[in-house]
Amino acid sequence: MKGLLSLAGRFWRVFSRPSVHFSLGFLTLGGFLAGVMFWGGFNTALEVTNKEAFCISCHEMKNNPYEELKQTIHFTNRSGVRATCPDCHVPHDWTQKIGRKMQASKEVWGKIFGTIDTREKFLDKRLELATHEWDRLKSNNSLECRNCHSAESMDITRQNPRAAKMHETYLFTGERTCIDCHKGIAHRLPDMKGVEPGWTGTVSAK
Amino acid sequence: MKTRITFAALALAAAMPLLVSGVFAADGAAPAKVSSGPHPITQEIPADPMAKEITDDHKRARNYADQPPLIPHAIRDYQIDLNINKCMTCHDRKNTEGSQAPMVSVTHFQDRDGQTLGAVSPRRYFCTQCHVPQTDAQPITGNRFRDIDSILAGGKEGAK
Repeated sequence: MKGLLSLAGRFWRVFSRPSVHFSLGFLTLGGFLAGVMFWGGFNTALEVTNKEAFCISCHEMKNNPYEELKQTIHFTNRSGVRATCPDCHVPHDWTQKIGRKMQASKEVWGKIFGTIDTREKFLDKRLELATHEWDRLKSNNSLECRNCHSAESMDITRQNPRAAKMHETYLFTGERTCIDCHKGIAHRLPDMKGVEPGWTGTVSAK
Repeated sequence: MKTRITFAALALAAAMPLLVSGVFAADGAAPAKVSSGPHPITQEIPADPMAKEITDDHKRARNYADQPPLIPHAIRDYQIDLNINKCMTCHDRKNTEGSQAPMVSVTHFQDRDGQTLGAVSPRRYFCTQCHVPQTDAQPITGNRFRDIDSILAGGKEGAK
């Protein structure tokens, strides 16, 4: 402890004195360039972890949610537009994205200690995992859904009467948000006992 | 030998009208042509285009009173298993107010001994065992089914 303190003291003495060998211009420009390179590198590395290829490089994600996604309309459909994992699970906005990435450090922990490394463990934990995502989408008003599906562009005359009526009643009035009704649209659902559909009962206060 | 062949040929000729009429009388209407129909096994026939689902939310009349009603909407990816029955999120008694969907019939609350239960009976849980969506595919064989009203009205056989 004492050694550590004296080391910190010495560092501070060097750090707080003006530079002897380097010019101010070198230090400012050099610092700027190093900053650019660090920031670029940081962002590149961050974006690599926001690619589907990165998500499914773990067998937990590849064999469970990804396999299920492949059956659904968000993967296979007539127009060939598809959602990749980060489209729904990583916020696009920087602040929220960093927040989500910080939470994701727990997922690294889970990977190292094999929290869901078998199908059975995954199924047992599915309700908890799904609830996290429902809560997140609920609190940001289904932002990741709306990155593609906007209420303004939604032409309900092109929808079935059933869907049009539901959207008029619940979505356009702001009474509900996408995730309240559209759960399990890209993955299989956990045991839904006690989870009411969006059009039934009261929506949990948020 | 010769007489035998002649006899066989005669018998065949006599049976011909019967055989032919047997084939055609089985169906009221001529069957729709399907490319997947009989063809030499050595030949590869391109498949018919997929039929379109009918998803217009329009109730279809039942052909007989206890026919399970048809599903007039898309049910793609509807999960019906131990975890959840997606159909019931709308058609369950307590969900119909919010969804405005028809409630499952009261018969579904009875077990096989006629006892009425509080919820849908397990034997009725798997909706798509009886209730099916429709496509615009044409029947590949005709049929002469008439509903009870047309029989009571005494219409001609085959008339709809």
